[in-house]
This record gives sequence, C-alpha cells and structure tokens, in this order.
Amino acid sequence: MTDLDQHTSNLPAAEPIADPGLPEHTYRVTDVDESQARRTERQISLMFGIATVLALGFAVAYFTIDFDQTFLGWSAQNFALGFTFGGALLLIGIGIIQWAKKIMQDHEMVEMRHPAKSSDDDRLAVLEDLNAGIKESQIGRRPLIRNSLLGAVGALAIPGVVLLRDLGPLPHGQSHTVWKKGMRVVNDISGLPIRPADLEVGQLVNAEPAVFFPAEGEEEAEIHGHELLAAKSKAAVIVVRMRPDDITPDAEKANWGIDGILCYSKICTHVGCPISLWEQQTHHLLCPCHQSTFDLADNGKVIFGPAYRPLPQLPLGLDSEGYIIAMSDFLDIVAPSYPELARDQKKLDEENNRDGA
Amino acid sequence: MATDTYTDIQDTKVGQKAAGPVGWIDDRLGVAGMARKNMRKIFPEHWSFMLGEIALWSFVVLLISGTFLTLWFQPSMGETVYNGSYEPLKGIEMSQAYASTLDISFDIRGGLLMRQIHHWAAALFVAAMIVHMLRVFFTGAYRKPREVNWLIGVGLLILGMVEGFAGYSLPDDLLSGTGLRFVDGLIRSIPLVGSYVEFFLFGDEFPGELIIPRLYMAHILLIPALILGLIAAHMLLLVYHKHTQWPGPGRTNDNVVGYPMLPVYAAKAGGFFFVVFGFTALFAAIIQINPVWAYGPYNPSEVTAGSQPDWYMGFSEGMVRLMPGWESTFFDRTWSWNVAIPGLGGLGILFTSLMLWPFIERWITQDNREHHLLERPRDAPTRTALGVAGMTAYGVGWAAGGNDIIAIQFGLDIYTLTWIFRIGLFVFPVIAFLITRRICIGLQHRDHDSVLHGFETGVIERSPSGGYSERHAPLPVATQYTLTTRERLPELEAAETVDANGVASPAGRKDKLRARLRHFYYQGVLDKPTVEEVHHAEEHLGDFQGHPNQIGDEFGGVSDAGVPKSH
Repeated sequence: MTDLDQHTSNLPAAEPIADPGLPEHTYRVTDVDESQARRTERQISLMFGIATVLALGFAVAYFTIDFDQTFLGWSAQNFALGFTFGGALLLIGIGIIQWAKKIMQDHEMVEMRHPAKSSDDDRLAVLEDLNAGIKESQIGRRPLIRNSLLGAVGALAIPGVVLLRDLGPLPHGQSHTVWKKGMRVVNDISGLPIRPADLEVGQLVNAEPAVFFPAEGEEEAEIHGHELLAAKSKAAVIVVRMRPDDITPDAEKANWGIDGILCYSKICTHVGCPISLWEQQTHHLLCPCHQSTFDLADNGKVIFGPAYRPLPQLPLGLDSEGYIIAMSDFLDIVAPSYPELARDQKKLDEENNRDGA
Repeated sequence: MATDTYTDIQDTKVGQKAAGPVGWIDDRLGVAGMARKNMRKIFPEHWSFMLGEIALWSFVVLLISGTFLTLWFQPSMGETVYNGSYEPLKGIEMSQAYASTLDISFDIRGGLLMRQIHHWAAALFVAAMIVHMLRVFFTGAYRKPREVNWLIGVGLLILGMVEGFAGYSLPDDLLSGTGLRFVDGLIRSIPLVGSYVEFFLFGDEFPGELIIPRLYMAHILLIPALILGLIAAHMLLLVYHKHTQWPGPGRTNDNVVGYPMLPVYAAKAGGFFFVVFGFTALFAAIIQINPVWAYGPYNPSEVTAGSQPDWYMGFSEGMVRLMPGWESTFFDRTWSWNVAIPGLGGLGILFTSLMLWPFIERWITQDNREHHLLERPRDAPTRTALGVAGMTAYGVGWAAGGNDIIAIQFGLDIYTLTWIFRIGLFVFPVIAFLITRRICIGLQHRDHDSVLHGFETGVIERSPSGGYSERHAPLPVATQYTLTTRERLPELEAAETVDANGVASPAGRKDKLRARLRHFYYQGVLDKPTVEEVHHAEEHLGDFQGHPNQIGDEFGGVSDAGVPKSH
C-alpha cells in the first residue's frame, strides 16, 4: 500500500461545500479593555486570597474542633476540614482556569499532523537490522542452541510455580462442620441453650453450636480468632418453628425436627451469604444477597433464584435437661458449591450409610 | 502589551534568567529537542475532551489520599479488642484492619475526611473512565491509528475496577467481608480448580488470615503500579498521535487546531486538577460514604439486608442475581454454572467485545486510513446503536444488582421484577438498537434537509395568489461545511465468491460474511449531499426572485416571540 493511500485527507476532491477556513478571531472584552482585564485580575487574585484564608481556617479547625461536635447533623470537624480544604482547592482551580480563559492569549493555533508510521526508509532499515541480527546470532543455523535455550527458559516456570505452592494448604475440611451428636443449639448472641418451649410457631432464632461460647466455668471458648470465623462460616444455623401439619419432610428427615421445630444451615448454597429474611406465612427464607428463596417447610428446597442445592438441614433432638441438641453433623455439605462437592458428598453419604440424597 | 519589534531571546528577561538552568539540564539530559516539540503542542478544545482528565486527576487524588491512609492502616486480620473513641464498638473483638480503620475515622483528625475523599475519588475514577470510554466509542476516536490506546484504556478500566474492589475489601467490616464471601463463592465456581484457587488465595479455608494483607499488597503496590504504567503509555500515545478534533472550518484530518500546551493547557489542566480534588473534598465534607462503623466487624453468620457493592460492581452483581440456579455434575465434579457464567462470563463478554470492536469494525468497513476527525454519533448509526444496546444490557444488569432495593422502594414483587430483568437483558438491547439506529438516521435526514433546504426563518410570506409559506434561508457556510465534512459512504459491492475461472475462492465464505455484515452496517445510512444536490439547492435558495425583502447574511431567523436572531 502506498503512503498516499494510507494518509491522505479523507475529503475527496468533490466536496459539496468548500472549506471556508478558520473563522476570524473574535476578541474578548479583556483583550480590548484594559480596565476589564484589571478587573478580572482582581477577581482571580481575590479567589487565591480566599483560598489562602481557607487554608489557614483549616489549621484553625484542626486544632479547635473536637470529634464529638456536630454541625447541622454532620461531624463538625469533618465538615470544617472538608469545607476549608475543598474550598481552597476549588478556588485555586477556578482561579487558574479563569486566568487561562480570560487573560492568556486565545488565538487558535494550527499544527500539522504526521502519519503515525515511520518513513519507508526507517522500516526497511529495521527489517535489515533485524535480519542482520538474526543472521549474525546464527539462531537459525544452530537450532540446538535455540531449542535448548527455549527449553531452559521454559523450565524456569517450574520454580516460579513451585514457589507459590505454600500460598495455602490443599483444599480440606469442606464436608464437615463443628456440629456433632449431642452439641447444644444455642442463641447466637447470648449463647444460651434453647428449649422447645422458648419458640413459638412462626418464630425464627439465629443459632450457633455451643462450642462457640465458653463452657460452664471456663473463661474463653474453645475456638477463636480466624478459626472461629472459618467455623462460623459453615456452622451458623437458624431454628424455626412451624405448624407440624405444614411440614412435608422427606422420608429420612421425618424425625429430624421436634414438634415442628426444624434447624437449617444459615449459609446460602449459592455463594455463602448468611440467610435470614424469614416470611413466616409462606415458610420461605430469602437470601438478602441474591434473592435465592428456600422453602423451609419443604426440606429447604430452592423455589426461586440462582441457588441450586437445598439448604442443608441439621437433625435435632433433646438432651436430658430438655435443651435442643444436634443429633449429628450436617449430612449434606454446607456452603457454596465447589468442584469436588459431588465427590465429597458421595463419600459423606457412604460414611453416614445414606443412599445418595 | 506585546510589541511587534523582535528581540533575540537571549536579550529578553526570560532568556537571560532561564538560559542557565535550561543549559544545565540540557547539557546533562539533552531534552531540549523533545521539549521544543512538546512545550507548545496544540490541543483542540471541546468539553468532552475533559472526561479523561477527570479520570486522570481522580487517580492522582487517590494516590495522595491513599498514601495518607497507609500511615495508620494496619492490614492485619489479627484479633484485637477495640478501645478507641467510638463508644458502640468499645470492648468488641475485631481484626486490626477494622480497628485501625475506626481509628482513622474517629481518632485521627482529618482521617475521616481523607477516607471519604479516597472513596469518593475511587467512585469518580471508574465513572470518569467509563464516560470517557463512551465518548471515545461514540465518536469513533478509537479508529486507526488509536486502536492500541483503546486497548490500553480498556485495560485501565479493568484494573480500576479490580483496584476498587481490593480497596473496599480492606476495612474488614461486615459489608466488605460479605463482598469477599461472594468472591470466595465466585472463585469456588471456577471449574475443576476452584477449591485450589480458593485455598491458595485465602491461605486457608475462608476467610483465613491472609486475604487482607494480600489484597493490601495488590491495592497499594501491584495494581497502582500497573495503572501508572498504563496511564503513562496512554498519555505518551495521546501526545504522539495528537488529539482528535471535531471537524469544522479549517479543521481537517491533517491538522490540529487549538491552544498551546504552554501556557493555556498547562493552566487549564493544572487548574482542573485542583477542581477535581476540591470537588472530592467537598463531597467528603458533606456526603457520607461507606460508614464502616455502622456495619460492625465481619462475621460470616451475619449480613445486612440491602447489601450493595460499590456502584461499578453492580453489573456483575446483577448478572449473578439474574442467573437461574443451574448446576450439574459431570465426571464426579460439580459445575456451578449459576455462579461461574454470570460472575466470570458477564464482565468477560463485556470486556472482550470492547477490546475486539475496533478490529471488527475495521474488518467490516475495510477502512485502512488514519482518522483524526471525530464522527458524530448519528453519522455512524450502526456503531451508535450497538453502543446504546450495550449500554442497555449493562443498565439492565446494573438495575438487577439493586432489584431488592427497587422492589422495596416501588412496592414491586421481587420475583416478577427479576423475571422482567431476565427477559429484558435479551430483549431491551434489541429494542434499544432498533430505536437508536432509527433516531440516528432520522437526524441524518434532518441535517441533510437543513443543508439542502436551509433553515426555517420564522418569516411568513404571502404570495400574490394569497398562499402563505414560511421562508427558508441557507445556513451559514461554516455550518453547512461542518455538516458535510463527514466521509462519503463506500460502495457496497457484492462479494465475489468465484474467481475468473469459475472456481470457488478459498476466502469466499469469509468475504460473503463480510459482505453481509457490511450491508448490515451501512443499511439505511444516509450519505451526505452530492455536489449536484448542493448546487441545485444553492440555486433554489440563494437567488429566489419572489422575495420582496432581502435578508442579510447575519439574519438567523426570528424567535418564537418574533425577535430577529443573528447567527
């Protein structure tokens, strides 16, 4: 392709209207009237002057206003600092722009463009240099050097990747939670155990395993810190009470509840948000993150939204003191799906002698 | 006032004062050659050229305010008991990241202001990049030779969004933890390797102890460094190509008309930095953003209803909400289409199509010339319509990201609303495409008419036979020229699928496809008036003999109130 093809004016010869050329320059009032120009000068310097005062005001506000003072409902300190700082910045900015618009010369100037490409000579020279470089290196004639070098540099990826191995442990522990047979279901705030009589029909209680709270006579719970967060992200549950007649449990879940009290995982099977928006009339539980909706009267099945798996249910029982306890860990894997979920669930079913739910 | 007599620069005041420093620098760095070319470089003027500048300056504001925040922020998930000034959280266990964020907000004077400046500037940074990108798209400014700069721009947008996400995950409050939980679910959904990526990234089972220090490194070092590098390349290419300009009298594809860098643009752009910084500071002073103290520390068993990510994540959020619950099991593995497709695919499709578009368009139009004049959106109806269709799809996704809030505010059923968005995601863009294309072509016809038939003056004339008509007058020549500078449409030739000997050409199918796309691209588009049409119109409009009064060149019609206007 010739130079002409790539870079010509894109206006063909036969244009309907000829280019009238740049319009005549119109002068601003500040160009022709020196008193106006001086007035503008004063205005601009006034802006800079106020900006200076505001900067000083910033320092005054910083040292005189306390954290707890308020102004029109705002934090007085934040407002005063922001107002003085922002005001100073804005006035400086507007002043400079006014200077550019009203005082600096405003004759439009023309600069010619050049094609983005280099000259043909340059291109040829580059090709020749490239060729000379390749030839002199003998890279083409000695493939042994080339290929072994490529192999060696490629092999450097091995240490690069291996080095990252300790970023984290291999995936583990995704099929079990801290729940086990006999663990009390306790209120998630007070840590107190729950009796069936504490729950009325239609009521939902956010609950957690007793192990998250200090045992009697102990100062601290067994788990804390990030282990507690990790355990919570799988073991958090909700306990609901519905009319026993409304519940339609699967065969194996027939006696997982106590008098219409059921316990479900609180962790959405979609991406793991804790779910707690409860509609007691319809027995629906709605996830606030992506609106997956589960029917708690019907085995936690998904009735709307992006989730696929039903909410796992925790089998309940009563201990000798009449408090609600878990009868086992969850039999279905809790929390968002992951690639090995199908395999892990199979293993879990084998452990629990369940024929694949 | 300047004098007309010429004085050698060495004899002027500036020349005498600056010669020393300039000489010192040039002796060592040899930059005079480069400075000579660029100090008085011409930039064209238009309000829309300022949008990218907002993005640039808000990034500078982010660097300044972010540096301030690092002086106190502790990127650690280590457990601590809060003991600062904020009464409601006193004595509560939390991570050091959250505690130090509270300290910045309540115990460091000006800390809250800087935090809010930082967050507002981040929201502005991404918004300005997107609006700037739309400007570039709709005016065709990405065409040759600027395709590489377009790609850099898309890269900047992607990095900006990742940077923003990393940033708002750092305080480790309930909202940012919920965002991380979502990302954890998203990572898990990556087919086959999801769990490995999750454990390696978080350093253990979610949430682990390492994600915040790691995100901090990415947020304050890795991504900002990449962004800075790309911005430098973006600006260098801008200077090398010279800025595009709108066509008009004296403004051609071969020149650039405007004001010099020094002093006009140095002042305007420099002043604009203060304006952007000033606005973010005033916002931070009066509009609260991300009040982390109200959310409490992260707890995986709690969430607030109406949890929303920062605005630029709304599209992905919405796509995830719209997706039906599809999951399948193959080869003993779980495939979470319900998360992977919208979460990874939504933005993936968006960014891939943005990156490919300049090359697709060039393949369709076969236009190999350099373009430095901007096109009005109406003059490229198919491109404009595609852009609006894309914006519509983005808008549906974005609105769907707030479907719970919309449902509550307007008392709608959330399931119905979700279904409207699900269908709308596919239907609304098509409708938007058809309507936009039609509007563009309609506007082209209007331009065509006003060149050929002049504008309506508002002057009513009565003919000798008693009929009334409105007098038309030609537009000023400059306007006529501006309306007719766009390129003529190419000929739409049919693709040759057989060569001279009747043998099907190997490229036949490709050519056929291109011919079909060319037809689609140019279908119905109105070409600008021909020379003959304009001549004819001039005769018709210029020397019409029937008018009793001559109207001068300055006359621009009469207003509704009957007052004469001038051009």
